[in-house]
Amino acid sequence: MHDDDHDHSHDHDHNHAHGHDGDNHYSDMQARVKALETLLTEKGLIDPAAIDAIVETYETKVGPRNGAHVVAKAWSDPDFADWLKRDATAAISSLGYTGRQGEHMRAVFNTAETHNLVVCTLCSCYPWSVLGLPPVWYKAPAYRSRAVIDPRGVLAEFGLTLPEDKNIRVWDSTAELRYLVIPERPEGTEGMDEAALADLVSRDAMIGTSIARSPGSVA
Amino acid sequence: MNGPHDLGGQMGFGPVGPEKDEPYFHADWEKRALGITISCGAFGAWTIDESRHARENIPPADYLAASYYEIWIRGVDTLLERHGFATRAELQSGHAQQAGAVPKRVLKTEMVSGVLAKGGPCDRPVDDVPRFIVGEQVRTRNFNPQTHTRLPRYARAKTGIVEAVQGSFVFPDDNAHGKGENPQWLYTVVFNGGEIWGEGADPTLTVSIDAWESYLEPA
Repeated sequence: MHDDDHDHSHDHDHNHAHGHDGDNHYSDMQARVKALETLLTEKGLIDPAAIDAIVETYETKVGPRNGAHVVAKAWSDPDFADWLKRDATAAISSLGYTGRQGEHMRAVFNTAETHNLVVCTLCSCYPWSVLGLPPVWYKAPAYRSRAVIDPRGVLAEFGLTLPEDKNIRVWDSTAELRYLVIPERPEGTEGMDEAALADLVSRDAMIGTSIARSPGSVA
Repeated sequence: MNGPHDLGGQMGFGPVGPEKDEPYFHADWEKRALGITISCGAFGAWTIDESRHARENIPPADYLAASYYEIWIRGVDTLLERHGFATRAELQSGHAQQAGAVPKRVLKTEMVSGVLAKGGPCDRPVDDVPRFIVGEQVRTRNFNPQTHTRLPRYARAKTGIVEAVQGSFVFPDDNAHGKGENPQWLYTVVFNGGEIWGEGADPTLTVSIDAWESYLEPA
């Protein structure tokens, strides 16, 4: 259910066969959340239009293109890269990316020697301001449990095999610092502008479960 | 607490299974769940630390079977009831039955962009100087509180190196329980894979956590 099963509306029934008292309403999330929104609206505690605005923000405005812009600028502008290393929150803010779950940013740079991988083993901490909402797998037990003990096995499931002698640094986001991986700039990208460079940078490359694409591999 | 959320190093959850071209949401209710969670957080009645602890208290079998948006909704239900905004009967019926607590604010549409762009910074000044310096060897404490903590089980009683002094931040172990923000210095502490996982650990692996000062002792 965490991955490719889209039928989320009824897939929790099995969990309540023994019935924790009062929990049965969770068996149908569509109905459960509708009831909660109705209740809170009746009580004047929420504004349904504000929910629409929140959803629209994360569907159209705040997403991994923000982070790809940061990476492309870091590749293109050594002064910006240096600023990112020293004060990522300020450097990223200068591009207009601020706010919820990006209040305290840290940029970690992949090198020839070290590959960085970000996880939150305790919940789902993720740099929303630059990557948007986290994917389902990032929040699910398989990734959260294994990233810290078997990162190479995890990376293989993303199709990424690192050299055996490459160091792997896993950053567990246990506090309010939010980590953005700056992948290595691919070869063959000399002379490309920031927009073209940003197209090489996937969300996963900024989590560390992938690397930046080579120019030739972009469809 | 040693709850179901503390997943680092656990086994048996299977492959990560990244989803190609994953949509932002897999069902409409997930959109509403996101908006409801953020809207209720805007009441100002509880902290992010208390909300994390509410999720950690979901019974383990339910937590591990739930999608993350379901985890959020279960947490919101707990918080709404605890803080007097809704009764259990109201939550189950989906309709208002009585007046409840009054929030400090209700998130309206026109407030959304500002609230999301501002976020909730949690760095706070402290009067003392950091107890530890960069490069110093430290040992994490061994404790098993029934209350909230951000020191994962896998990283307790382990020796590592202070890599960065990250500033001073609200202390979640207190703040989650209404004991005040009580800010402390925060450190990035890095451990060799072998220190954490022992025999058979990936020799190229290092793992870091962000640790509040009271999690650490000189080593």
